[in-house]
Amino acid sequence: MALSEQKTKRIIVCDTDKCNGCQICEFVCSIIKEKTTNHKKARIRAMRIEPFFNIAIACRKCEKPVCERACPKDAIRVLADGSIEIDKDKCDGCGWCIESCEFGALRLTFDGGIAFTCDFCADIGEPQCVKYCPKKALRYITLDEAAKESVKDVLLNVIDRGGK
Amino acid sequence: MKGYAGKYLKVDLCSRGLSTETLTEGMAKDYIGGLGFGARTLLDTVPRGTDPFSPQNVLAWWTGPVSGTILPTGSKFGVFALSPLTGVFGFGICSGGFANELKSAGWDGVVLTGKSDKPTYLFVDDGAPELRDASRYWGMTTWQTEDAIKEDLGDSAIRVAAMGPAGERLVRLANITTDKNRQVGRSGMGAVMGSKNLKAVAVRGTGDVEVGNLDELMKFSAELNERCQGPKTEKYRVYGTPANILVHNRLGCLPSYNFQKGSFERAEDVSGEQMSKTHVKKILACTNCPVGCDHVNEVKDGPYAGTVASVDYESLGQLGPLCGVGDLNAITKAVEVCDELGVDTISGGVIVAWAMECVQRGLLTKDDVDGIDLRFGNGDALVEAIRRMSLKEGKLGNLLAEGVKRASERVGKGSDKFAIHCKGMEWAAYSLRSLQTSTLGFCTSIRGADYLRSGSYQVDVAGKVDRLRLDASRGKIVYEGENQYAIIDSLIICKFTRGVYSSMNELAKAYTLVTGLEISGQELVKAGERIYNAAKCFNVRFGSTRKDDYPPPRAFDEPMTDDVVKGAKIDRRQYDEALDSYYDGRGWTRDGIPTKAKLLELGLTKEAEEVGA
Repeated sequence: MALSEQKTKRIIVCDTDKCNGCQICEFVCSIIKEKTTNHKKARIRAMRIEPFFNIAIACRKCEKPVCERACPKDAIRVLADGSIEIDKDKCDGCGWCIESCEFGALRLTFDGGIAFTCDFCADIGEPQCVKYCPKKALRYITLDEAAKESVKDVLLNVIDRGGK
Repeated sequence: MKGYAGKYLKVDLCSRGLSTETLTEGMAKDYIGGLGFGARTLLDTVPRGTDPFSPQNVLAWWTGPVSGTILPTGSKFGVFALSPLTGVFGFGICSGGFANELKSAGWDGVVLTGKSDKPTYLFVDDGAPELRDASRYWGMTTWQTEDAIKEDLGDSAIRVAAMGPAGERLVRLANITTDKNRQVGRSGMGAVMGSKNLKAVAVRGTGDVEVGNLDELMKFSAELNERCQGPKTEKYRVYGTPANILVHNRLGCLPSYNFQKGSFERAEDVSGEQMSKTHVKKILACTNCPVGCDHVNEVKDGPYAGTVASVDYESLGQLGPLCGVGDLNAITKAVEVCDELGVDTISGGVIVAWAMECVQRGLLTKDDVDGIDLRFGNGDALVEAIRRMSLKEGKLGNLLAEGVKRASERVGKGSDKFAIHCKGMEWAAYSLRSLQTSTLGFCTSIRGADYLRSGSYQVDVAGKVDRLRLDASRGKIVYEGENQYAIIDSLIICKFTRGVYSSMNELAKAYTLVTGLEISGQELVKAGERIYNAAKCFNVRFGSTRKDDYPPPRAFDEPMTDDVVKGAKIDRRQYDEALDSYYDGRGWTRDGIPTKAKLLELGLTKEAEEVGA
């Protein structure tokens, strides 16, 4: 990816130390996007690997999205900001996109069986799961910012331990 | 009405018959949900004289109206039955994803009666519930059962609530576990599962939960979530409830050595502060909880290395200081054994502490305790005693598995004087004599010695009253607390969020936004009173009177020796005066029986006829 893109392409990043598995991101997502409460319809997925690991994952805006290439109906389009758009008329719910995505970022609707994924609340301007995450574990930032933050965290840890 | 699913599942384990019942709006408004529904179910289905382990006992699982919605901490459920530990109203309230899942599956609750002739489990798969064979899971721990059922059903998102080997063996303090770390802890609900050959309830829910006003509820919940990051819940978020250890130790109200003392010389070693430094590996939250209080420990070294358990104040206190144990590794291991085999940590700790005092006083011989060196402070002996109790192994295990009341009756020799319980329920980690309003509340509690029915310890700990004496002002503190908690337990939300609501009207607002049913704060309080009285009527049906509302003899007879509360004990006359004030304020007779007039005022017509004085 070109450097300029790295600086502008924002994704939902999860701090796994802060994420505690509350699933509020999922609840909020279903309310904002589906106008109902049903976390199984969420576009973000809160995962727990016992006993100590939690993470919430949404679409990663991959540079070369496998979901796009996997779709036999040519229903998936990559938008300028890197997010995915699914053409409801073309999608027949075969699920190859879901199978291909390593991050579990796509789902099928319960009623029509059409693929859907996170659009980063484009109409509102920022992902609402990030806004309402009670522990601020979720952030909507560029990969470059994310990398800087993790380096900072590592350094702070070292300093805490008396290093320099 | 929204929020509610509007129906519940009835299961007869004898005939294996399943039926759908309608939840009426009248029931919803009068009894709210959770505890209220549990009280109604027990009154309507369990006749006088029922044996808790007989097929006639009921096992009712109820969510509340807010379960499955965005309202913070709403994913809670209660399990209700005639308790095999106390012989009266039994229940436990539990968090995790189970309640949310059940509501999404389209059910407010599940009411089971009868007994299956072989190991079985209930799988509520959305609108298609079925009883399935559980032979393969019999003998498994709670954690193994959860994993195995999810694997067999091929869906890791399914929620499972299971009893462990202790429940199978009818250990009277057996509990139910879900999401590994969450328990329906107290009063032996796991043993009732065992008596019914019901290993687990598994749920998959994929449906929407409709609410009265989604936009406003979202807005209100967001505001509450914000408040949950503030000072009212700071304690729970930072050190968790183990922060109480040092506070209580300073005040001389941290029970140690089976309530012989109110402080512990190794309190620093088992404090929340210490635990956070050396043992807490991760802080988790229950489903839809913005607080996150669940401190999960990992033991890094020594013989218990690799042990993982969620440790809260009550578990820590009763398996630690109460048994004289100051080693966090052993305490964490004891909690893990309780959780996996499926017994209540609070009761477990109190029973072992009692046995240790029996050994201290020479009332139990080495042979009676199967050769274990059951001295106060011996962490290894604690772990082994808990294991034997949970599996009913040997003489010791069979004795302890009956609970402290029955065990002390069996041993005799005056050991009942230091069997620390009320109504057969082992005392939680609050001092008997140096928190006296607390003690009054523990004793009026419908469930037996219980810090969760009124929170009456709060005025003592906060210094709002003289905690070393009692008087006629305490009754009101207790019953007002009970009525408020009855609402919290019926909605059901977490008590840790009680401080973030500014008033009863805000709780009423939450109820209305969720259900679309108008209700005022005052009407909610009335519902709380109705619910508490209903539960009390159940106890009266099973013979409860004034004599059952007293603390154990140690509270009256032995002055405390800790410096800060030296000489403290409860004055019997003061206790009677305080208890009178409680009954008077409740509108009950001084024998502890609700009057006909009070019950009729609350709309409890049938109960007025049956038990009203």
